[in-house]
Amino acid sequence: MNILVCISKAPDTTSKIVFSNGNTTFNEDGVQFIVNPYDEWYALVRALELKESGGGKVTILSVGGADYEPIMRKALAIGADEAIRVDSDTRDSFQIASEIAAVAKSNAYDLILLGKETIDYNGANVGGMIAGLMDYPYVSNASKLEVNSNVGQIEREKQGGTEVLEAKLPCVISCAKGMAEQRIPNMRGIMAARSKPLNVVASCGAGAMTEVVSFTLPDAKGSVKLIDPENAAELINLLHTEAKVI
Amino acid sequence: MNVLVFADSHDGMIAKSAFEAVTYGSKIAKDSGGSAAVLTYGTISSDSLNELASYGITNVLHCSQLTDMDPQQLARLLAAASGDQQSELIVFSHDYTGKSVAPISAARLNAGIVSGAIDYPETSAGFTVKKAVFSGKAFAQVKINSDVKVVSLLPNSVGKTKTEGTANVTEFNPDCGAPSVVVKEQKSKGGEGISLTEADLVVSAGRGLKGPENWGMIEELATELGAATACSRPVADIGWRPHHEHVGQTGIAIRPNLYIAVGISGAIQHLAGVNGSKVIVVVNTDPEAPFFKAADYGIVGDAFVVVPKLIEAVKALKIAQG
Ligand SMILES: Cc1cc2nc3c(=O)[nH]c(=O)nc-3n(C[C@H](O)[C@H](O)[C@H](O)COP(=O)(O)OP(=O)(O)OC[C@H]3O[C@@H](n4cnc5c(N)ncnc54)[C@H](O)[C@@H]3O)c2cc1C
Ligand SMILES: Nc1ncnc2c1ncn2[C@@H]1O[C@H](COP(=O)(O)O)[C@@H](O)[C@H]1O
Repeated sequence: MNILVCISKAPDTTSKIVFSNGNTTFNEDGVQFIVNPYDEWYALVRALELKESGGGKVTILSVGGADYEPIMRKALAIGADEAIRVDSDTRDSFQIASEIAAVAKSNAYDLILLGKETIDYNGANVGGMIAGLMDYPYVSNASKLEVNSNVGQIEREKQGGTEVLEAKLPCVISCAKGMAEQRIPNMRGIMAARSKPLNVVASCGAGAMTEVVSFTLPDAKGSVKLIDPENAAELINLLHTEAKVI
Repeated sequence: MNVLVFADSHDGMIAKSAFEAVTYGSKIAKDSGGSAAVLTYGTISSDSLNELASYGITNVLHCSQLTDMDPQQLARLLAAASGDQQSELIVFSHDYTGKSVAPISAARLNAGIVSGAIDYPETSAGFTVKKAVFSGKAFAQVKINSDVKVVSLLPNSVGKTKTEGTANVTEFNPDCGAPSVVVKEQKSKGGEGISLTEADLVVSAGRGLKGPENWGMIEELATELGAATACSRPVADIGWRPHHEHVGQTGIAIRPNLYIAVGISGAIQHLAGVNGSKVIVVVNTDPEAPFFKAADYGIVGDAFVVVPKLIEAVKALKIAQG
């Protein structure tokens, strides 16, 4: 099976978020970048497991500049066979999905796996857009995936429960918790990653539909109102009369 | 502008979050001099369909031929409806169905999308919508430049407002193509609990509770308040609580009116899932717990002493209210 895993880069969760240029740009100075957790823990690891049990190849794909290469090497160290970087700015989910669809159209991938969302722009869009552009079945927020002779058996989250469904390959699946367990790259993997192919391909020139005009930070919380534990009932009173939430 | 709202349903009733999306869509249509319509699908009671009228909707398109959530078929349905209604803006709820159908629809309609919008658009210079980014640590104003626009609204962002009116419900069953997925089985989470993503009030607990046997008081407090229950990630990982209750960066993100966190330290990854809550209450023995910095109200104290008192106080309040 030929699996494509879409990998994005994201600021480490503990990063301080600072904006510059009059609050129009995310200031990357001193920010540690990681592989977007859902892409790494769930999409990539499940792809590797499927390859280990059924054979095939796992290709990772990132749309982005040369600054994506360290996180791509990490994905190779975890076990992907090869990498493709579409050399492009990343402007919005439509543009990223169009670039990925352009690569996918000229390669016969059986499965396209993604994370359920990026932790920076929290779009949850790219997977569905690829499916829309390619007319492939789409299953989002999948927590389980098995493949039996060209049919994917998938469990997905839905309001109030989960749903088991089947989709014919090729299909696009966005992966959430439950899919797989995180793998830490070992020394051998890290060494091997250095010589695995990382092919840079030109952008197809897709355009964006949206733009971020400005960023704001949340208002600083006023300090917490502490209530004496002896008088816990007062809390309920405040929630009723002051905060008016109950 | 003409607005089309996609409304999901559960158990034969229009979903609660859908009424909020409908409120949102009908206000935008009204303010801009356009018309608003709703598209929905599946088996839905006519009472529930008619209820859409009380949220400012005159035109309801109901597709009864589709019953499974097949995102490709639903995106085709939506494209047909948006052509029919000459829609310029499509509104979804940013829930599981919205996350599946909205991006495919955007690709089909060649539309820019803002997912997880938390406020009405700003239309003085183009069409700009606010959303939370960096897992709730910041907000972005995102401008949509395409002719057709898609917005998915984060539940509990603008609330729902009732008006008067009658709806005109029409069956709408265009060709939606062959199914792309086949639903084999539905597993409900069990229990009669309130759905966490839609809950107005949430009581949540973490490792400070010491063991699963101590959740009785958390459930009781939630029941008394009419709240849903949630938990921190380690608690779900060790199996004290089911995974679907886990909130945070790797779990689900919620924005209730009230979030009560008991015995949770308030790690940044936990806060990422709850910092959109309107009022946060923290109960923790450690005055240095980081959660207090994000809280509106706090009690530095032992959960095993404080929670029973809170339960009594809620019962007393209910009695006082009659
Ligand atoms: C990449 C990544 C992603 C993550 N994603 C998530 C996520 O989505 N959600 C999430 O929750 N976590 C997540 N985590 C884990 C997170 O960092 C914390 O470890 C976790 O939230 C801590 O859970 P806790 O507060 O229940 O436990 P602890 O940190 O152990 O805190 C327990 C708290 O209970 C208090 N306490 C103890 N006894 C009592 C008592 N009797 N009464 C009252 N209070 C008491 C203690 O003072 C303490 O503050 C993630 C971590 C990483 C690295
Ligand atoms: N620049 C990118 N390159 C490759 N894949 C990406 C990129 N951005 C997002 N993705 C994939 O799309 C998923 C959803 O992203 P988003 O729609 O931005 O939340 C991510 O989890 C990744 O798998």
